[in-house]
Parts: sequence; C-alpha cells; structure tokens
Amino acid sequence: MTTPTPGPRPFRRAARDTESPIAGGVSGGLARHFGVPVLWVRVGFVLLAVLEGVGLMLYAGLWMFLPTDSHFDESAPGLESATRTGKRSRRSSRLRDAGPAIAIGALLFGAVLGFEAAFGQGALFWPVVIALAGVALLWRQADEAQRERWLDSTGRIDPIRAVFGGGGWAAYFRVFAGLSLVVTALVLFAVWSGSVAFAGPVVIAGLLGVLGLAIVVGPWALRLVHDLGAERAERVRTQERADMAAHLHDSVLQTLALIQKNASDSGMVARLARSQERELRSWLFESVGTDVTLAGELRAISAVVEDTHGLVVDVVAVGDVDMSESLKPITDATREALTNAAKHAGVARIDVYAEVSPTAVDVFVRDRGAGFDPARIAEDRQGVRGSIVDRMARHGGRGEVRSAPGEGTEVRLHLPLKNEETS
Amino acid sequence: MTTDATPASATAARPVRVVIVDDHAMFRAGVRAELAAAGAGTVDIVAEAADVDSAVAAIREQRPHVVLLDVHLPGGGGAEVMRRMPAAEARYLALSVSDAAEDVIGTIRGGARGYVTKNITGPELVDAIARVADGDAVFSPRLAGFVLDAFAGSIDVAAVDEDLDRLTEREREVMRLIARGYAYKEVAKELFISVKTVETHMSSTLRKLQLSSRHELTRWANDRRLL
Repeated sequence: MTTPTPGPRPFRRAARDTESPIAGGVSGGLARHFGVPVLWVRVGFVLLAVLEGVGLMLYAGLWMFLPTDSHFDESAPGLESATRTGKRSRRSSRLRDAGPAIAIGALLFGAVLGFEAAFGQGALFWPVVIALAGVALLWRQADEAQRERWLDSTGRIDPIRAVFGGGGWAAYFRVFAGLSLVVTALVLFAVWSGSVAFAGPVVIAGLLGVLGLAIVVGPWALRLVHDLGAERAERVRTQERADMAAHLHDSVLQTLALIQKNASDSGMVARLARSQERELRSWLFESVGTDVTLAGELRAISAVVEDTHGLVVDVVAVGDVDMSESLKPITDATREALTNAAKHAGVARIDVYAEVSPTAVDVFVRDRGAGFDPARIAEDRQGVRGSIVDRMARHGGRGEVRSAPGEGTEVRLHLPLKNEETS
Repeated sequence: MTTDATPASATAARPVRVVIVDDHAMFRAGVRAELAAAGAGTVDIVAEAADVDSAVAAIREQRPHVVLLDVHLPGGGGAEVMRRMPAAEARYLALSVSDAAEDVIGTIRGGARGYVTKNITGPELVDAIARVADGDAVFSPRLAGFVLDAFAGSIDVAAVDEDLDRLTEREREVMRLIARGYAYKEVAKELFISVKTVETHMSSTLRKLQLSSRHELTRWANDRRLL
C-alpha cells in the first residue's frame, strides 16, 4: 500500500519518423520504437538488402504500412492552438529533400537488381525500372500529402489537397512525373512485347498493372481509414476541450466580474486574479493527467498558502513521483515551513524547490524575509522543532533550518525513498 | 532576483537599447511603462514590434543591445526571429507567459540568453536586461528547474550517445541553487566561488543545452508527454 505504483504503461505503436527521414523514416521510427541506435537499424537493413533484396522489400513494406508519427498525441490545448495559428516556430529547413530523392533512387536501383536476379535480364528490365520509379514518386507525394493533412487545421478532406497536399511545384511535378513514368513503362512494355508474342506478355502486363494498382492504392486506402479513425478521435477530443474551454471562460468571466465589483479591495483582487491565473495556467500548460503526484501535491499546498496569506509561492519541481503514504511527512513538513514563512518572514514571495531522484526526495523552502536565530527558539514553540525537524527524523529523513536575522530562512527537507525497486 | 547590485559596469555609461517584441499591444504598453518607471536612465526602449517580420525589421534598423522577445508570435514564433537575426549583435531575452518546458528549452536552444515569465516585476526585469546586455545568462528558478530536468531525463542515455554533453557536478550544483531561488551573488557565497565563476557555469550550461542532440530532447519531452 505504501508502494508508489508505476502508472500503466502507455500503449506503444511503431511509427515512421517524419521529422528527419532519409528515405521514409522507417529506420528512425523503428530505432525509436525499440530504443536502439538508428545506425544499427540502418546497417541491419543494408545487410538484409544484400540477401537478395530482403532488406529492401522489408523496408518498402514497412514504409507502406507503418503510420507516420501520430501528430494527434495530446498536447496542452494552449500549445496546440499556438501551433495551429503559426505562433510557434516550426522546422523550416527543407534542404534535406535531396536526401530522400537519392535514397529512393538507391532503393529503386536495388529493387530493380533484385527483380532482375529473380526473373533474369530481359525485356522486363527497363519497363520495370521506369514503372517502379513512377510508383516511388507517387508514393512519396502521397506521403507528403498525408503529412499535410495531419497539419491541416480545417479538418475537411478536400480531394485536391488529398493528392497534392499543400501544393507547390514539387507536388505537381511528383504526381505528373510519377504518372507519366508509369504510363511510359506500360507503353514500352506493350510495344516491345507486341511484336514478339501476344498471349503471355499481355497477361503478365495485365497482372502487373493490377498488382501495381493494388500496391499503390491498397495501403493508401488502409492508411486513409486509419487517418479517419484518428480524425474522429480528434473531433471527440476537440469537443471535450470545447466544453472545458467554455467552463474556463465562464470562470474567467465571473472572476473578472468579481474583480470589477471589488476593484477597491486590492487584496481581494489580487487573490482572485492569482487563483484564476493558476487555474488557467494549469489548464493551458500542463497535461490533463489527474493522478496525484508529489509535485502536484506540493503545488496544491502552495496554492492554499498563496490564497490564505496573499503572497506568491513559486514551485519548481525536478522529477516527480506518485504520491504515497510514505511521502506524507515531507509534504506535511513543507506545508508547515510554508505557513511559517508566510506568517513570520514578511515577504511577498517564497521559493519552493523539489527534486526527486531515484533514491530520495529533497524539498527546499526559501524566503528572503526577516529570518531568526534558530538556536534561540523557545522550548515551547513547536512549529519548527516538532512539525519539521522531529517529524522528518521520525520518518527516517532529515529536516534542517538555516536562518539568520535579516538573511531570510531556508528549510531543507530530505527523505530517502525506501521502495527503490519501483521507481 | 531582487538583488540591488546590478552588474552595471557597461550599463551605467549608456542606456541599454531595447526592442520589445510581443503581439499584444496592451502588454507592450505595460512593459514600456514598467521599464520607464523601474529602469529610467538604464533602459531605453527604441522600438516595438508585433510579429516576426516587423521584429526583424526593427532589429535591423535600430540595432538594439537587447531584444525582449515573446515566444509565441504570429509568423513563426520567437525562435524564427532568432533564426533570421542571429544573436550576433542583439542579445535575446525571452519574456513569455508560457512556462511549458518545450517552449523554454526550445527558445534557449534557439539562442536566447535568458528566459523570464511575464509575472516578473519591473526591477527584476531591468536587472535581467542589464545582465543579458552584459553577456550573462539569466536563469529564473523555473528555467533552472527545466534545465535540471532536461539533463536528468537524458542522463542515462548520455552513456549511449556521446554527443550529449552532461552537466558537470558543479554546474548541477549551481543550477540547483538557482532553482532554489538563490541570486547569483548568494550562489557564489554558498559555493565559495566568485560571481564570475557562477556566470561561467551558466554560460556553459547554455552551451550544452544547445549542443545536446535534438533527438534526445525530443524523446525526453515525449516521455513526459510534453510534445
């Protein structure tokens, strides 16, 4: 019961890395998924490619079936909004576009060699080269269009956008060149084989065409279905957030109304504004998790002190751990230290710093107020000695008060974490 | 950091020329008023800008010492301004309402010398501007917390990835004290080193933040569901 349980492991799904792809971002995505250096994955693919092109097939297959990085992974709504309206900077370098082109070329060449090895050199060679080049170009454009759709904020699926993405000559060129390459391949094939013999090649050509279509359209359709699912989920989430936003707007507006009514009472105004700022800030910049953690608990304690005593408590937390019974002494001691500082230091601001390491929790509460001489606290005053120092000692930790008149006070709390294996 | 000792060697002679970049006119007016009150004689506001393009134009034209830069801006954000006008002459101090780790770390990696949030008081802001103008780094406790967190999160992969520079024990110590709300002077006293040394540690921390590989940071942020 006192064991801090690690949260349920999030469901992980491999995705292609669209941020810095060389060809399709498959290696990067796999490396991230399995937690191994990306170089190993790349070397693995190359080695496999030597085995009659297995690596190439594998790569191509994964490229088709792996989704791109899931851009709908939740982020705080304020941040998402800033992203959507173009207020956050986005990676702008497209210089790497040359890289993918070269990589695709290499892949294609390998594929053709593999094909040749399989079917023998002959009439098929050049049409296949050209057709593959066309398909690769189309595929690359589909990739680009798909990425654009993820970033699209309007949510409508426009057929032109679905093919050309954001547009631009590169997109048109890719589609045009891809299509014409495929057509050329078919024509070439027909011409070359037409004079030789009829039945066999024509059947093969037909089969190849169907196969090509299936390869191009099949996974694309599959992905579209995936995307639609994601988009639907996104819509549901958006509605949830709209409700939330409505609620917040109400609360903000009501606070403003209260402030207007109490404009003469500056203490009241400050308190209202502070609590409202806190609510908004936590909604805007913190993710929606509801589990109670040590940092969350410290923030809650600080919020209470802020409101009761009308000052600012600045909480900085490094690392975090789920709240548990064994951590109670340190939060209680923190509360006491904060209350002391708020009451006696006579300052407008207190700093709280919490650091969670695998072995211990450290909390520091610091003010720059009046300060006192710790050696001269009367025996009957229980605040510091009983609530802070002794409490920490009872629970296997350490509490220490450093202060001098005029220099402010710092309370240092240290609590070893006993259940090391779970963290 | 409400120290009264401004490192005013260079700033006493000439006022620091400042450009304010923020897309909210009300906020710019507020900052202007605060700086006029708290920084009279030491801070001179030469221009204001509301988006990336006008900011770049203003910086090019006015050649300010310090640019107070909002993180979220129409046209690409503060990082875009820093990308187009690298911090060769102007030094950037980010002033944002957002204390989301991604924004803070991203802005620092974009080249800002400091990051303060919008609830800062006038005198603190003047002090921060003076520091940045002198070439020092300004770390608020919260920023120091993020730095520690960033390096703590990536410290175990540092063994695998040699690109990732760790913080030295001393730098961690300095960061920890800053995160606890110590002023530079107090950090120096606590660790028995000079203020100059504290600032050196700050600068090398900044440098390491910019050098550590992007992927590790992305992963770090991703693991914490910040992206």
